[in-house]
Amino acid sequence: MLTKLTLTEARAGLAARKFSARDLAKAHLDAIDRLNPKLNAYITVVPEQDVLTAADAADARYAAGTARPMEGLPVGVKDLFCTKGIKTTAASKILANFIPPYESTVTARLLDAGSLFVGKTNLDEFAMGSANITSAYGAVLNPWQRKGDEATALVPGGSSGGSAAAVAAGLALAATGTDTGGSIRQPAAFCGIVGLKPTYGRCSRWGTIAYASSLDQAGPMTRTVADAGLMLEAMAGFDEKDSTCSNRPVPAFAQAVGKSIKGLRVGIPAEYRAPGLSPEISAMWEQGIAWLRDAGCEIVDVSLPHTKYGLATYYIIAPAECSSNLARYDGIRFGERKDAATLDGIYEATRAAGFGEEVRSRILMGTYVLSAGYYDAYYLKAQKVRTLIKRDFVEAFEKVDVLLTPTAPSAAFAQGENMADPVQMYLNDIFTVPASMAGVPALSVPVGLDSKGLPLGLQIIGRHFDEETVLSVGGALEAAAGFAHTPTLHAEAGA
Amino acid sequence: MSLDLATTRRIAKLARIGLADAELETVRQKLDGILGWFNQLSEVDVEGVPPMVGTEMEALRQRDDVVTDGNCQAAVLSNAPEKSGPFYAVPKVVE
Amino acid sequence: MSYIIEGKTGNWEIVVGLEVHAQIISQSKLFSGSSTTFGAEPNTQVSLVDAAFPGMLPVLNKECVAQAVRTGLGLNARINLQSRFDRKNYFYADLPQGYQISQFEFPIVGEGTIEIELPGGETRQIGITRLHMEQDAGKLLHDQDPARSFVDLNRSGVALMEIVSEPDIRAPEEAGAYLRKLRQILRYLGTCDGNMDEGSMRADVNVSVRKAGEPFRTRCEIKNVNSIRFVMQAIEAEAARQVEIWENGGEVDQETRLFDPARGETRTMRSKEDAHDYRYFPDPDLLPLVIEQDWVDSLKAALPELPDAKRARFQQEYGVTFYDAGVLVAEQSVADYFETVAKGRDGKLAVTWVTGDLFAAMNRMGRTIENCPVSAQALGKMLDLIADGTINGKIAKDVFEDMVETGESPDAIVEKKGLKQVTDTGVIDAAIDSVMTKNADKVDEYRSGKDKLFGFFVGQVMKETKGKANPALVNEALKTKLNG
Repeated sequence: MLTKLTLTEARAGLAARKFSARDLAKAHLDAIDRLNPKLNAYITVVPEQDVLTAADAADARYAAGTARPMEGLPVGVKDLFCTKGIKTTAASKILANFIPPYESTVTARLLDAGSLFVGKTNLDEFAMGSANITSAYGAVLNPWQRKGDEATALVPGGSSGGSAAAVAAGLALAATGTDTGGSIRQPAAFCGIVGLKPTYGRCSRWGTIAYASSLDQAGPMTRTVADAGLMLEAMAGFDEKDSTCSNRPVPAFAQAVGKSIKGLRVGIPAEYRAPGLSPEISAMWEQGIAWLRDAGCEIVDVSLPHTKYGLATYYIIAPAECSSNLARYDGIRFGERKDAATLDGIYEATRAAGFGEEVRSRILMGTYVLSAGYYDAYYLKAQKVRTLIKRDFVEAFEKVDVLLTPTAPSAAFAQGENMADPVQMYLNDIFTVPASMAGVPALSVPVGLDSKGLPLGLQIIGRHFDEETVLSVGGALEAAAGFAHTPTLHAEAGA
Repeated sequence: MSLDLATTRRIAKLARIGLADAELETVRQKLDGILGWFNQLSEVDVEGVPPMVGTEMEALRQRDDVVTDGNCQAAVLSNAPEKSGPFYAVPKVVE
Repeated sequence: MSYIIEGKTGNWEIVVGLEVHAQIISQSKLFSGSSTTFGAEPNTQVSLVDAAFPGMLPVLNKECVAQAVRTGLGLNARINLQSRFDRKNYFYADLPQGYQISQFEFPIVGEGTIEIELPGGETRQIGITRLHMEQDAGKLLHDQDPARSFVDLNRSGVALMEIVSEPDIRAPEEAGAYLRKLRQILRYLGTCDGNMDEGSMRADVNVSVRKAGEPFRTRCEIKNVNSIRFVMQAIEAEAARQVEIWENGGEVDQETRLFDPARGETRTMRSKEDAHDYRYFPDPDLLPLVIEQDWVDSLKAALPELPDAKRARFQQEYGVTFYDAGVLVAEQSVADYFETVAKGRDGKLAVTWVTGDLFAAMNRMGRTIENCPVSAQALGKMLDLIADGTINGKIAKDVFEDMVETGESPDAIVEKKGLKQVTDTGVIDAAIDSVMTKNADKVDEYRSGKDKLFGFFVGQVMKETKGKANPALVNEALKTKLNG
């Protein structure tokens, strides 16, 4: 049962010496061995010897009574965080053999808290995607299967699809994700786990490969809301190396879970009742509203009038930033180079061969919206609409404490679905993007299964830097829903 | 406005992504479709609305003028596809 | 002053604006903690931020902001309490990020002015459009390998100020005067060392020509000119080229050009991008820069005295001429030297010595004020010896040369060589008697009305006393004796 534990349970088991960190590590390495060839959740697995050495050190700390909050807990790291001496690819060919000589701030903090890294999880190339199909190292398979249609391969969501699949299938107790427009929350919902995008500025971006700098935010992907709080405590905090990182103190997030939510006002944004929303999602949302009302919350109808413009705004701003952020992948100082006779020839060949199709598209789109003659019509306009989207949230939070919405407009879809029309694919982010644009924290909690047996998630959005209230409400929702399902493909399945 | 092939080529050149003509047309169609979808923003009245820069949560911090970094030539060159002694190397650039 | 090109179709005037890139004096780079020292081993003063490794982020250096504000204040310019960093996107091997962080839309410093002085003492105001901070690029080395260029990122990320002038300059000499004055102000402020040969100050020159009274015509930008002389030459060459094009019925293309000093001409530069489209946008890794008026005020209060103010004060306090004061304040070290010499002494005498004998000696020896063997204190002491009558002006010349050669103090030299002025009237009388005896015929001529011979007697007496006699006493005694 070691691969089904929550972080909290595993920490307690280790502290009580019910099992050793070495046992725990071995169980996970074994699960990865058996399942990763099928799931493709990890791009790189840390060599067994290194993991076991670290596990032994963790056992020594438990024995000595000096164990830290995440001591010996096997964690997957999205392959977007630079890890010192461990290959970091961003799921791109262009970084196929990149070995960072530095450790990202977030992973350094996790290591300082005692975490045991077992591998680098797969993702959409440079975190650009909502289905984890754009990775240069192959698509990730969702461990969940449709009832009666087990043969159809489902996507895990994206971009943190490898992290979500790994946590859902028992290949890690928890994993890091990054969220730019929904990349933690949507795969968490698709894989039946908890995913938290903290407030922009809560976690340092230093050492995390950038997609869209004004939106990127690291966060935990876990099995429970309490675990998300525990892990965020280890990840968050001031970093003088990131000018956009907040120097607010880090609260004891895990303690927020279980706090009474009686009297809290929960807003239901009218605009999220988008036409065409699936009846099953709609019903699950109504159920969530009922649970929170039962828990003593006051349900309030609110309006976020600019919601419908969130996606278009996002798909202008994020590509604009990415077109500039990804200029450094030029084959000169690191990464894969394609040789040519001239400098420009190297750039063009390297970047054409090194970037996959979706990344190339977004770079080109971003280049276009920033170029002379189009800047005002696209980029500047989008930044103004972004102001309006943020104002919507600020005004709504004058009336309510949190917002409750679905996380995604559907359950996990099949590989190959939604692929023909890029706009159709972008619609996956419709409920997650607005919170990203505003920079507010948002949590996805698994609350039930649809008629095909696939998990569905609800999203709780809170005020800037008020992750605590978000976690409290998420904890209550989790308790009411009692989601205890595991996917078909799981380390313990049949065991 | 509709995206033409010449503009697509110019954008690809600006972004230094070498695309063959056939690929350019595919890209043009894809981008053109998305650009059409962006037109929905024209209905938003942004008169007097300032553009959002960053997420407006913090003021820009400034650090003290102290040498705290550098002196790591080996790390700087550690991943270079081509180097020569202490330098990165590129094909001869004519100025 | 007017600089006119006489063409076939009439007279042309030139219109010039300058964009000066000045390296900010700071210990560490604009957005990273690596050192800015010039001349280090390749790629040693480089952090992973400067080399733009994945996930690296910029953090602004406060001292660079202070230096930019100080410079703005020194240029009498508006300081913008809110400014912003933007990315200027282009690909080049010396630009690791693929963009330069610069201030495009909202610079930290707005409009200001520089007063330049032209030969003949005429002054002109040249407008400053703006000053902004930006990152320097790395360096490409082309001469190390036949097929490859090498990249050294030591300069990558060093802080620059770009100081943009209005198109107010109308002559090559004015461009020279502007650059000298700007460099002088930067050096006084300590915000840039102004060393053009090390590349810490370089200029882009915008040149156009027009007939009197016309609106502006198309301009060309001449990039990266690295000496004041070349700037002046480049303007002449470029203006002449443009006049020729216009007069032959052609059109001047707006383009970027390079100045080739060897040929004395400008030529089209291969542009960094075929089409310039830098796609500026606010750097999302940084937030808008907000500074406080109180901080600006405190920087202002701590500014050193600037050349124009110092010049006026020197005129007033030390009674030196406008011209001499200009010479003295040209370099702060000279001004400081002068002021040490002149303080509490005869300012006019001090300026004569500093700009006369001292400058001559330094020229002769190829030395600068910083390594001059005669300290300001020593020269001041020498003026004291003149003032209190210990030595006379003529002996002082010898003492000074001795000081230059030996570096010894004037007292020691006077003592050692026995140069103390003779004021003993007995000694002087004896010398006069001796001279009159030896030149009895000349005494007779003088007494019969040849007054001009008085100077001859003074000279002879001084010679008799080895130059040490007090000239006033000699005069007095001679008059008495010759007339007696």
